[in-house]
Amino acid sequence: MSETTEVAATAQTGAVVSGASASLWGDAWRDLCRRVTFWVAVVILAFMGLLAAFPSLFTSAGPNGGCDVRQAKLRPKSWNPFAGGDHPFGTDTHGCDYWAQIVHGTRAPIIVGLLVTGIALVLAITLGSLSGYYGRLLDALLSRITDVFFGLPLLLGALVILTAFPSHGVLTESFVLGLLWWPTMTRLMRGQVLSVRDADYVQAARLLGARDPRIVVRHILPNAVAPVFVYGMLNVGVVIGYEATLDYLGVGLQYPTVSWGLQLSQAQEIFTDFPYLLIYPALFLTATVLSFLLLGDAVRDALDPKLR
Amino acid sequence: MSPLLEVEDLHVEFRARGSAVKAVNGLSYTLEEGETLAILGESGSGKSVAAQAVMGILDTPPARITGGAVRFRGTELLGMPEKKRRAYRGAQIAMIFQDALSSLNPVHRVGDQIAEMLIVHRGTSRREARRRAVELMDRVRIPSAADRVNDFPHQFSGGMRQRVMIAMALALEPDVLIADEPTTALDVTVQAQIMKLLSELQDEMAMGLILITHDLGVVADVADRIALMYAGRVVEEADVEDLYARPAHPYAEGLLLSVPRIDVRDRELTPIKGAPPNLAAIPAGCPFHPRCPRARDRCSTEVPELRLVRTGEGASDRSGARSEAPSPSPSPAGGHRSACHFAEEVVSDGR
Amino acid sequence: MADEILSVRNLTKHFPLTQGVLFRHQIGQVKAVDGVSFELRRGETLGLVGESGCGKSTLARLLMGAERPTSGSVLFEDRDVFALSKSELRGLRRRMQLVMQDPYTSLNPRMTVGDIVGEPFAIHGDPEGGRGNGVRELLEIVGLDPGHVNRYPHQFSGGQRQRIGIARALALRPDVIICDEPVSALDVSVQAQVMNLLADLQREFGLSYVFIAHDLAVVRHISDRVAVMYLGKIVEIGDEEQIYDHPTHPYTQALLSAVPVPDPAKRTGQIVLEGDVPSPTDPPSGCRFRTRCWKAEEICATEEPALEIRPGRSAHPSACHFADESARS
Repeated sequence: MSETTEVAATAQTGAVVSGASASLWGDAWRDLCRRVTFWVAVVILAFMGLLAAFPSLFTSAGPNGGCDVRQAKLRPKSWNPFAGGDHPFGTDTHGCDYWAQIVHGTRAPIIVGLLVTGIALVLAITLGSLSGYYGRLLDALLSRITDVFFGLPLLLGALVILTAFPSHGVLTESFVLGLLWWPTMTRLMRGQVLSVRDADYVQAARLLGARDPRIVVRHILPNAVAPVFVYGMLNVGVVIGYEATLDYLGVGLQYPTVSWGLQLSQAQEIFTDFPYLLIYPALFLTATVLSFLLLGDAVRDALDPKLR
Repeated sequence: MSPLLEVEDLHVEFRARGSAVKAVNGLSYTLEEGETLAILGESGSGKSVAAQAVMGILDTPPARITGGAVRFRGTELLGMPEKKRRAYRGAQIAMIFQDALSSLNPVHRVGDQIAEMLIVHRGTSRREARRRAVELMDRVRIPSAADRVNDFPHQFSGGMRQRVMIAMALALEPDVLIADEPTTALDVTVQAQIMKLLSELQDEMAMGLILITHDLGVVADVADRIALMYAGRVVEEADVEDLYARPAHPYAEGLLLSVPRIDVRDRELTPIKGAPPNLAAIPAGCPFHPRCPRARDRCSTEVPELRLVRTGEGASDRSGARSEAPSPSPSPAGGHRSACHFAEEVVSDGR
Repeated sequence: MADEILSVRNLTKHFPLTQGVLFRHQIGQVKAVDGVSFELRRGETLGLVGESGCGKSTLARLLMGAERPTSGSVLFEDRDVFALSKSELRGLRRRMQLVMQDPYTSLNPRMTVGDIVGEPFAIHGDPEGGRGNGVRELLEIVGLDPGHVNRYPHQFSGGQRQRIGIARALALRPDVIICDEPVSALDVSVQAQVMNLLADLQREFGLSYVFIAHDLAVVRHISDRVAVMYLGKIVEIGDEEQIYDHPTHPYTQALLSAVPVPDPAKRTGQIVLEGDVPSPTDPPSGCRFRTRCWKAEEICATEEPALEIRPGRSAHPSACHFADESARS
């Protein structure tokens, strides 16, 4: 490194940490804890997580439960949800308490988001590593398969496949989206593996007599995976957005499952007269997606000097 | 008469995320007309940062010049508005760098890049500038200059590229040339060519040359005076013969003892223990004291000033010959200075 | 001879230059290493010097078996390295190790120092006394604090990182260590530390080194014998004293005269070579150095000089028709 970049780098990372060990992940964590956006995102996501995991803590009604059609489309008394009353968020078109519906609607999008990202990550890491490390025929084959999937427009593909599918549960939706989602992350992983594969320390391990599995698991993966991991985090938010879109279009989850996307769909005809029917689910959806994006951003920045 | 270039008590800091790194800590040196000053230092000594500060090309942020003065023929350069500063850069003070490949624009022909200096600074016509470019390439001994003027940087070898960079730097006939590790990345035979070229050009054009390097051999060949830097400041300054024969600072002494030489066989290398300091945590007192074999209590508390070394009667130099007369008085502009509390001891200990 | 631990015979590596995307055809080749032969005796250090493009890095990889040669052989204790099966080659790794040039990229930044130094044990089996002790002992041997076992490479200086690399290479007590520019990336004040360490280790463990570098002063200091390379060939080989005090090949003479000495009384540059190093894809016919040589005659273009002793003029092998110590410039 030139002297000036070296000095600037020293300023960035501060004095050498003495005493206890300081892994790159540890350094990144410390950096992360100093960022406000990280904590904002964490708080919001923790709240959403609670809603998803323990809905009964927040509402006594079950999903689609306690609905009285005679009480349909009741506007909320005020914009302040803590003002009290039976229906702080009003009621929806079927007379169900809207707050309860929103609470129950949290679980599906988050599960789909996490599941799809999880599937895509597993596929990406495995296939990307194999593709990048072994190269040649295996790489050519996998790359061509990835190319084919890249050619499919994601939304259209999802629409087509889901329309054909008989059942429309959370698992089906996750499976289909996961199938269409893995190419980008695999490409990313493959690129990372390619850049790490020729590093001196990998060469050194090979010259020590290490076999391939050891090289891939101990040397290549830990140094290649960080950007893919970050991309995955950013991804969850994007998946949730797509999931809501599919639900809205009617090809995703369906009644009796509850989700924000479905609620948006129900509101589409009448929201000019009853704006709250649109605003509440949109608010929650946006907050969740944004939080995942902020989280991913913060993690990427924290890992940044170490990514190099 | 004011010196050609004078740097006084320069301080440069790098700031990021709240912590500050002092890259340059009170650096002072002078350059006279036609003189070659070598700034010798290892990584973390601040030599390149200081040179960039003099040229005014530091990235500010994250760098900040927090004190000191830089005077060219008496005119203060720091704090000058950028427009005026630009008139000095290239025309009066030019700089060449270690890696020509990253300093030259890869998508422009070399002839154009050289010509641009003339067009922008002197308003020379394009045709005239091109003609001058060929002339300059010839002067730096690039064979078939007229043909090669239309080539791109990557079509030249490392040594040739360095010559192109020298040609660019000399286009406006500057008074001072700062060469930042110009031959570090080159093979030793090419290094010899380039250093010879620089020497000749300097004589021809009566330039002052500041050579920044870590190579003790190159310095011995080319320099008139040496400023040895450590942790952002000069720790010893002397005429070249004086530094090698009578080092007055333990760091200089240590370097001379630890460097392998091609002309001597079976010599014990005495390394300097430890490593160059982390600039974010420079030791208190004398920055060299943790590595110094002569360190005493005073060294960890009191920062030694750069002062004239008192050469007493009958002081002997490293070759063992005892001089009969007192050492000649130091030259008025220079003198032998050392930033060590016990500089005289170091000199007298030299066998 | 039982005294030789490593024997290199006519080692050649040509890299093909191809053109075309669909149907690649060869348009030329880079003759990186071209017919190199030498021996390494037990306990000695053979220095290999040359400038960029001379092929020394390729040679290092060939010696380690990391690259397959186009022709020629490398014999480790009379066994052909390239004829070994994969598992036999892995076994060979215990006997021959490599120290790399760049201390900033040769250590896995996400592994602790203990893991890095202990990796040879993880691959080949723990030593008596357990892995932990083995690692701590190695750290001590190279002059590092064994208590730092759980630290990460970025917490160490360049010189210390190089020591870690040396500890890793030493773990399995190899016989031969190939040092590929081990001090080039280090500060001047730290180079001597590492060089002394290597010399001490050689004495203590009876190691044999192939020391590859471009810095002639460094090579002189540590080597017993020295080979000078130019464009893929060895042009001169001999004792350290023969090469440095009585060089007979013009390239060696030019190289030595170009190295600046840290002494103002001795100015360098008696011989300044003209021109650049020719491209290894298209080396000059006959003697490769002839395009820059002041002694070049017609024979130099037609007949390639062999690396051999020339009675009366060169007591050590020199690849020059006009090898002569006295005729400098």
